[in-house]
Amino acid sequence: MNAAGFPVLSLITWLPLVGCGVLMTVRGDEATVATNARWIALWTSLIVFAVSLVLWFEWNPQDPGFQFVETWPWLPDYGVSYKLGVDGISVLFVLLSTLLTPICILASWESITRYVREYMIAFLILETMMVGMFCALDFVVFYIFFEGVLIPMFLIIGVWGGPRRVYSAFKFFLFTLTGSVLMLLALLAMWRYAHTTDIPTLMHTHFPAKMQFWLFLAFFASFAVKVPMWPVHTWLPDAHVEAPTAGSVILAGVLLKMGAYGFLRFSVPMLPQASAELAPLVFTLSVVAVVYAAYVALVQEDMKKLVAYSSIAHMGVVTIGIFTFDVQGIQGALFQMLSHGIVSAALFLLVGVIYDRLHTREIARYGGLVERMPFYAFLFMLFVMASVGLPGTSGFVGEFLVVIGALHVNFWLALLGGLGLILGPMYTLYLYRRVVFGRMTKPDLRGMLDLSPREIAVFAPLVVLALWMGIYPSSFTSFWDATVTQMVARHEQAMATPALPARVQLAEATRR
Amino acid sequence: MIYMLAVFAPLAGALVAGLLGRWIGDRAAMAASVLGMAVAAVCGPLAWAMLEWGGAPAGTIRIATWIQAGSFHVHWALRYDALSAVMVAMVGFVSMLIHVYSVGYMAHDSYRRYRFFAYLSLFTFAMLMLVTANNLLQLFFGWEGVGLCSYLLIGYWYDRPAACAAAIKAFVVNRIGDLAFAIGVAMLFLTFGSIGFTTIFAHLAQHQTERYHILGGSIRVYELIAILLFIGAMGKSAQLFLHVWLPDAMEGPTPVSALIHAATMVTAGVFLVARMSPLFDQAPAAMTLVAVIGGSTAFFAATIGCVQNDIKRVIAYSTCSQLGYMFLGEGVGAYPASIFHLLTHAFFKALLFLCAGSVIHAMSDEQDMRKMGGLWRKIPITYVTMWAGSLALGGVFPFAGYYSKDAILEAALAAHSAVGDYGFVMGILAAVMTGFYSWRLLLMTFHGKPRGDHHAMAHAHESPWVMTVPLMVLAVGALSAGFLLHGIVIGPHWQYFWRGTLVLAPGNQVMTAMDQLPGWAYVVPSIAGLLGIAIAYWFYWWNPMLPVRLASQFRPLYLFLLNKWYFDELYDALFVRPAFALGKLLWQTGDETIIDGVPNGLADLAVDGSRGAVKIQTGSIAVYAFTMLIGLVVLVGIFLIWG
Repeated sequence: MNAAGFPVLSLITWLPLVGCGVLMTVRGDEATVATNARWIALWTSLIVFAVSLVLWFEWNPQDPGFQFVETWPWLPDYGVSYKLGVDGISVLFVLLSTLLTPICILASWESITRYVREYMIAFLILETMMVGMFCALDFVVFYIFFEGVLIPMFLIIGVWGGPRRVYSAFKFFLFTLTGSVLMLLALLAMWRYAHTTDIPTLMHTHFPAKMQFWLFLAFFASFAVKVPMWPVHTWLPDAHVEAPTAGSVILAGVLLKMGAYGFLRFSVPMLPQASAELAPLVFTLSVVAVVYAAYVALVQEDMKKLVAYSSIAHMGVVTIGIFTFDVQGIQGALFQMLSHGIVSAALFLLVGVIYDRLHTREIARYGGLVERMPFYAFLFMLFVMASVGLPGTSGFVGEFLVVIGALHVNFWLALLGGLGLILGPMYTLYLYRRVVFGRMTKPDLRGMLDLSPREIAVFAPLVVLALWMGIYPSSFTSFWDATVTQMVARHEQAMATPALPARVQLAEATRR
Repeated sequence: MIYMLAVFAPLAGALVAGLLGRWIGDRAAMAASVLGMAVAAVCGPLAWAMLEWGGAPAGTIRIATWIQAGSFHVHWALRYDALSAVMVAMVGFVSMLIHVYSVGYMAHDSYRRYRFFAYLSLFTFAMLMLVTANNLLQLFFGWEGVGLCSYLLIGYWYDRPAACAAAIKAFVVNRIGDLAFAIGVAMLFLTFGSIGFTTIFAHLAQHQTERYHILGGSIRVYELIAILLFIGAMGKSAQLFLHVWLPDAMEGPTPVSALIHAATMVTAGVFLVARMSPLFDQAPAAMTLVAVIGGSTAFFAATIGCVQNDIKRVIAYSTCSQLGYMFLGEGVGAYPASIFHLLTHAFFKALLFLCAGSVIHAMSDEQDMRKMGGLWRKIPITYVTMWAGSLALGGVFPFAGYYSKDAILEAALAAHSAVGDYGFVMGILAAVMTGFYSWRLLLMTFHGKPRGDHHAMAHAHESPWVMTVPLMVLAVGALSAGFLLHGIVIGPHWQYFWRGTLVLAPGNQVMTAMDQLPGWAYVVPSIAGLLGIAIAYWFYWWNPMLPVRLASQFRPLYLFLLNKWYFDELYDALFVRPAFALGKLLWQTGDETIIDGVPNGLADLAVDGSRGAVKIQTGSIAVYAFTMLIGLVVLVGIFLIWG
């Protein structure tokens, strides 16, 4: 049935729920439950990660299509089936999700003390939803997972968050849900037209131009909120500020990628004409995001808000890359997504480290940390550099490939989209200067301890990845090279043929 | 193999010092770092000699794939040709001396020193990667790498606010140029389908007439690429408008200034233009720009150097000015002369900075020349070596600058073009000022009455041998590099020496024409330098009250120069403060009031509405369901009509 010989994707998707089941059975007093819950959750997530490595080792880089596909009939009369599979675009995000989950659990080890079991259950459910979302090859399955992600995230912010957690949780929920409702309508419309919700089939279905336009807007509403694109980004800083550290990590690392992934999975391949037609809109909003978010980040007084705004700016680069419809541009976008998943996760974890010690995120309360925490300062510098796209770190590759793609469109897009190169160091180095450099004058900082072994274990994989992706990115780009090349070729083909209202379905799409 | 060793030994030193420094201690870390550099300093010149005289074939050492995305391939590779090899030799050698010097200079520093040496070695490694790059992206790797290390080194004394500010300034200003550079590289890829030097140079003829449409007009794509790359070079080499970071970079420890301002980093821009000479030669408009910016910077920076009181700042502006000369030479197509000046400058500027460091060391960290004076008896070795450096900088026969700087000026005149003449005039004026500020520095620092406080003066002492030996080695270089090398580097057989790495456009006769100028052209630069020296003696030796009187008489001009033409104030008002104001505006008005106003308002509306609805109906869930239903109907309706 697939290269692994067993339904590996279903296993990765549902295994965390098994862990939840085990967690439910834990008995004893609160402290015991908490300890056991931590260990059970950690082992579950580690096993899931180990299983997911099958994808890494068994991957066939020559195949541009979906791999590890598994299909079971679900609602055959309606053309809906339970179908999972990954291609070059999604496979690494599955791995990113399974990697970040154990890191998050480890990062929450000491900072979460209330309702530990429930917290871990929420995280494992979140993992199921994220992985399922990236694996889904049926629109209905996708939609369920896509929306399902909201629930555990909503709870993580709303229950374990900061003082304004309820406001933020609702803002997060309402913003994203509003977009999603429109996507549901798009789903219905597509189903009505194509009589199937099979994603590979939909990718080969030719929708009439006018319909594409509406469908695009419906998708756009949903994905743009998730990315988040300007001006529907304001939920993100609030959500980040109130979320516990691990929540921010998943939010920045994986959840923001869902929107960009949606563009790549639905908008560009299924609605080529509308995507091309509306690309200028996307470019405009993205360029505004790159510049706007950078300036706002410059004046933030809350560390997490600053990092959150930097995420918005970086995701602006991603959306530019996607809509260049260029091999380098899209690969750059994918690389930037992956890199941002690592780097912003690490930055939020870095903020979390000092938040755990001093319980404030206010930049002005810090200064001169390098004196007490040299190793922390080193890691912070490393990820700051990865964030500003220094060559040799993961941040550069994506950014540069997007510049190439943008230059394919026009000079000004490359210039304005590349402004992040100048603006990025402004706010990150300014942050670094205020937090890490300077003289240590505040007495309550004197007792700060450098990273503990547990914290080092949290950062180690991220450090390795940030450098590996920067020095030898080919081991990552080889995953999607074939898929993206095919995607761009199809897009060009679709643009070359005039938009016909006829229903063109290719038999080969349903072959698998 | 030797070549790889020359490039990677500093990296090994940096890694050992940086990652293990905390456990193995400062001494072991320093030893590792200096050892790595020593290997590089032996292997670098050896590799160069083997290529130049040993018959070793030029080529490329491929290490690994770097980026692969569709048709975009980049490799990690070392290019082994005359230009790269001579740079590797120079960088390795000068950097090694600076490492040794630093052992002494940093001995009393209260910070952990392993960090400093790790940065220093890493910096050298980045520079070596830059000069050995076989494609523009690896060059960019080194380019940004030196940017990072300079940021770290300028901000080395992290608890000094000025150092932190200068570090950020250096990084951000460099990044402005880097953006242009990155776009230039991307454009090269779009034009040639590759960013490897070999491929680009091989296909130059094919795209000669292609044009790029921009701003409603069109420009030859070579011109655009060359201009973009040159903007990058302006940032790194601190040329006019993007020079503001360089003087502030003096906040770092003095060996850093020597490394950044002499052997590495700032010369990267000059190197880039020379490396891309086949392309630049086909972009005459860009060349004109290079020459104009170069000539202007040479003049502009020299005017500021004449009135500064901080010993390091004087030398910093002098660097800026000398880099202007190098670009001037490149702008008229005399690449060999420019690279020659780059090499000699590396020696005498490193020497001058290290001498300044020795003075500062002797004066217990005093940098203001007004508080020095009469030091020559106390620190005689520094005094003598600084004379050698100043003579080389001032272009006095037979010191290095006499050969290399004069060659550039002759080339400018030999170009027989408007920009060439402009560059020549600017260069001559700058040469007068160079002589002036160099001897002003010497006289204020070493002669006259001691003006420092008694405590510092009593303590003034010659530096230990680890510091003076590098000075003496460099002084020998400043004395001899010119007359030893000029014959082979820019002489009639320069093409044999450079082996096709520096390309002049067909018909560009500047290298031969510069030997056929009228007699006065060869004398004027030297006279200019000597004139400047004479003025300095007149001002600071025979008539010490004159400068003060002039300063008060021409106060506005004096302040204009003292405040560096007010560039910092201008940029602060134009870019820095507005950035913060704009950030606040966008955040508080844009995000919190306007954008959040919509959903918050809607939320209020919903709350009010549901309160009303609650009274009529059972609860808000019904309202939700109802609204969703209506929405569904509306949109499905739309699709029914148009579908």
